[in-house]
Amino acid sequence: MSITLESKIPSGPVGQKWSRYRQDMKLVNPANKRKFDVIVVGSGLAGASAAATLGELGYNVKCFCFQDSPRRAHSIAAQGGINAAKNYRNDGDSIYRLFYDTIKGGDFRAREANVHRLAEVSVNIIDQCVAQGVPFAREYGGLLDNRSFGGAQVSRTFYARGQTGQQLLLGAYQALSRQIAAGTVTMYSRTEMLDLVLIDGHAKGIITRDLISGAIEAHSASAVVLATGGYGNVFYLSTNAKGCNVTSTFRAYKKGALFANPCYTQIHPTCIPVSGDYQSKLTLMSESLRNDGRVWVPKKEGDNRHPNEIPENERDYYLERKYPSYGNLAPRDIASRAAKQVCDEGRGVGPGGRGVYLDFSAAIQRFGRKKIEERYGNLFEMYERITGENAYDQPMRIYPAVHYTMGGLWVDYELMSNIPGLFVIGEANFSDHGANRLGASALMQGLADGYFVLPQTIGGYFAAQKNGKYPADHPEFRKAEEEVRARLNRLLSINGKKTVTEFHRELGKIMWDNVGMARTESSLMHALERIPVLRQEFWENVNVLGSGDDLNPALEYAGRVADFLEFGELLAYDALQREESCGGHFREEYQTEDGEALRNDDKYSYVAAWEYKGVDQFPTVHKEDLKYEEVKMSQRSYK
Amino acid sequence: MAASAESMQASSAGLILRLWQSSIGKKYVMAVTGLALFLFVIVHLAGNLQIYLGPYKINEYAHLLKSTPAVLWGARAGLLAIVALHIVTALQLTAANRKARPAGYAVGKPVASTFAQRTILVSGLVLLAFIIFHLGHFTIGFVDPALLDLRDIYGRHDVYRMMVNGFSNPLVSIFYIVSMGLLLLHLSHGVSSLFQSLGLRSRKTFRFFDRLAKGAAVLLFLGNCSIPLSILLGIIK
Amino acid sequence: MNLTLRVWRQKNAKTSGQFVTYQATDISAEMSFLEMLDVVNEELIKKGEEQIAFDHDCREGICGSCGMVINGTPHGPLSATTTCQLHMRFFKDGDTITIEPWRASSFPIIKDLVVDRTAFDRIIQSGGFVSVSTGGAPDGNAIPIPKEDADKAMDAAQCIGCGACVAACKNASAMLFVSAKVSHLGLLPQGHVEADRRVLNMVATMDEEGFGNCTNTGSCEAACPKEISLDNIARMNRAYAKALFKNKLA
Repeated sequence: MSITLESKIPSGPVGQKWSRYRQDMKLVNPANKRKFDVIVVGSGLAGASAAATLGELGYNVKCFCFQDSPRRAHSIAAQGGINAAKNYRNDGDSIYRLFYDTIKGGDFRAREANVHRLAEVSVNIIDQCVAQGVPFAREYGGLLDNRSFGGAQVSRTFYARGQTGQQLLLGAYQALSRQIAAGTVTMYSRTEMLDLVLIDGHAKGIITRDLISGAIEAHSASAVVLATGGYGNVFYLSTNAKGCNVTSTFRAYKKGALFANPCYTQIHPTCIPVSGDYQSKLTLMSESLRNDGRVWVPKKEGDNRHPNEIPENERDYYLERKYPSYGNLAPRDIASRAAKQVCDEGRGVGPGGRGVYLDFSAAIQRFGRKKIEERYGNLFEMYERITGENAYDQPMRIYPAVHYTMGGLWVDYELMSNIPGLFVIGEANFSDHGANRLGASALMQGLADGYFVLPQTIGGYFAAQKNGKYPADHPEFRKAEEEVRARLNRLLSINGKKTVTEFHRELGKIMWDNVGMARTESSLMHALERIPVLRQEFWENVNVLGSGDDLNPALEYAGRVADFLEFGELLAYDALQREESCGGHFREEYQTEDGEALRNDDKYSYVAAWEYKGVDQFPTVHKEDLKYEEVKMSQRSYK
Repeated sequence: MAASAESMQASSAGLILRLWQSSIGKKYVMAVTGLALFLFVIVHLAGNLQIYLGPYKINEYAHLLKSTPAVLWGARAGLLAIVALHIVTALQLTAANRKARPAGYAVGKPVASTFAQRTILVSGLVLLAFIIFHLGHFTIGFVDPALLDLRDIYGRHDVYRMMVNGFSNPLVSIFYIVSMGLLLLHLSHGVSSLFQSLGLRSRKTFRFFDRLAKGAAVLLFLGNCSIPLSILLGIIK
Repeated sequence: MNLTLRVWRQKNAKTSGQFVTYQATDISAEMSFLEMLDVVNEELIKKGEEQIAFDHDCREGICGSCGMVINGTPHGPLSATTTCQLHMRFFKDGDTITIEPWRASSFPIIKDLVVDRTAFDRIIQSGGFVSVSTGGAPDGNAIPIPKEDADKAMDAAQCIGCGACVAACKNASAMLFVSAKVSHLGLLPQGHVEADRRVLNMVATMDEEGFGNCTNTGSCEAACPKEISLDNIARMNRAYAKALFKNKLA
């Protein structure tokens, strides 16, 4: 298959592209919509909103999720808020400014047209969610409250206490539930997608496993939408839910879909550090803590004294020292790397020495304990629940953790991958955040794709088709089913000595140490040597007990880790070829004298979209050049 | 999908059917009948306390109650219906609850609930037995028919003497007092609970209803028990 | 610390289950309860025994997946805390911990500690939404909402659908779950429009699904990891009566 990356960006000024697109797009006759079956995999913000909206439009939708209910997808854990260019505050916000901030925040590695469209529909999202009954925070006058978030100069973040993701997801889940009741959407919970089925080069269905009965089933459709989230769990420890996995997108990749920019991974600086080998996941604490906390480590290596016994002159407030003007509020990636650096020097604190102090004693002295309690009470409580330490009396310990992944399957302006009929939305695609995502923008993108973009653009694909559905006993389905069965049986028959978790943990360590916050050519080469060895060992020595005929968490997990073991390599390849630092990708070789990311716009202003060539084969990279017509590229500085 | 609101008949029969068929509707029935019985218990005690005013007053009061058979029998029928409704509904609800939760947990105490809450069915059923005995004792007369034949000097039924004679038997008094203890238990949850079922209780008013329930239950207990105790102690002769 | 676990093991919905005793050794106080089970599971696999199945996902107390009855209390001894957020420092060396699945007819056991909570989804499908389709929504500020109402709605909307209320209730009643949704939407002007339909249909589905009846004991509220208040149940009782009588008059 020869691949040309056709981004299908409409012509015209960036501000008019979306409206032009909608003027020109082909529509599907309402009576015909019923004839089109759409599969939506995933029920997070993007998946649930897309499935609901497609159902409302009259399509025949099947929605799949591996959780026991569509309400549990990990979108639910987003705390902070959702951006929208409403300019309710009259503080100079506009669609253009949100667009510009997002492009700049993404370190000039996102597509202008997509991002502008995102900013445009952001305002509709808020209206839609309010109409659904999402209980956004209100002011006393009854109007919607806003806060500023992630260093934005305007207040454009809408929120529902610290549970914005939960409330938005429940809104989408309710809309989805309404369509399930109306019969337009059939929901398959506790069902995992294990392969994509292509017929004549078009995505025409999926193979799933019913996680309770173990039944392997073929689902045929006119189009397939993947809304399966990110791949942060390739690092084993991340703030993602335990179930988050790359399986759906990776198997689509193996069927020919291009995987774009996998090296863009976002690290969040304020997570609770690892406390031991048994650690199963990391917990994020709101970044707002850095507004009043001072970050420090002991000046001496291996200083094991209680933090309160370390005198002031023996503390290194390294962020304040290195970045005098931004200090403790230095951007996420800079703060994260600086923490890694001091820990690498042996000055880290807490178990394993992977942690730095976030100290509130100065703030408590200045504002009083009561004020600090008001501001961060719930966070301090959460911290104490997990660590057993009281952060009013001694400094918190924090460490960076993988949080979000900007890369994903390559999609065009219509959110369709290079495989016709395969659409990818939300965190699963690569499109809107470039190399780095701004705070409160993930929720915005998921809902923009699901409510407003995909339901429109998918019509264009259908309008060019008759209905394009094949019977589920088509030979291609049979073949894919057999492959899935064979793979599961293989996993169950290895009967080795190591558990799936052990492999995942090892992979995570390789990834975090070599392909994590700071990467070098040699660390990446090292990872590329180690991963195939580990993968081989996995297929020879993993121990998956139980059978494929009932609920078997070990088997589910094994399949996901098997995919991570291939995907990790792809991530490293991408990081290796991108010989620059930008956003969530930092190559130590490419930094300014001050330790800032050094972009190379002349050479790397492109999207790297990878084509699968076989296990243990070097994938082929395809490049989509990014053209900036509206925005001038600039270098950021936080000194 | 569920039987929808639309399919429901917009009629009184439909309303009653819906009430009877829904869990919340049945709880309304429990609450309303419970409230009625609670009020009855208060009035009943108020009547009985007249024993402290001497035979004339209480016999006069009893005579008044029985003077219009239509009212008397109407009230008795109404009370009987309310009691029956209260009990039948309780049994139905309990059966449904058992079905909903056939297995308990192996260890541990029930979460948050109180003894009174968990034993409300038992206390209610024992009270039913008591009521049957109580009616047999003082109203129907199958316990000791002679009690109903007592007459005072005006020829009226001598309720005063009936109570004194009746409660002079310590076993009867003990059963009575134990039953009043159960009533205390029953009401201390039931009275507050009924306001919750009717949607009238909230976090703010919880304490009020809780105290009302417990206070009323204790007062009723004291009032009711004072009579057999006074008789046994010879204060009332 | 070392602990003795008595864990409910049940192969599937059709077989009957029983308690199996395991020793959990070298458990760190820093571990979460689920991490402790992870450690036990790893050892089981090493011994060639199938791991204990339990639902979990976000492990930060918001997805509502996890839930087991620990020593008779849903989500364990710590109030306002999900199982995944419970840490082992609340136990001591030598403790025996009994771990059981949610028990309710409406939540049939799938395997070990995993139960089927799809009845909750069906209740939401019967009316737990606002019937607005995407597009054409008025401006978010078109209808001002008093802060107090928005806050109250948010209090109710925090429900994570874990089912601890049903598990705690001696009658396996779902009133707290249903009333939280009825309250959340009913308190907002957007959801008020179809409030009557919603409460009638959701309660009907709740009954059809075989949940028990509320006897106002408050166990649900005490077990709720999100501290959803009994006030919601009272509110729903009121709303139900109103809907019933209005419907009759109309």
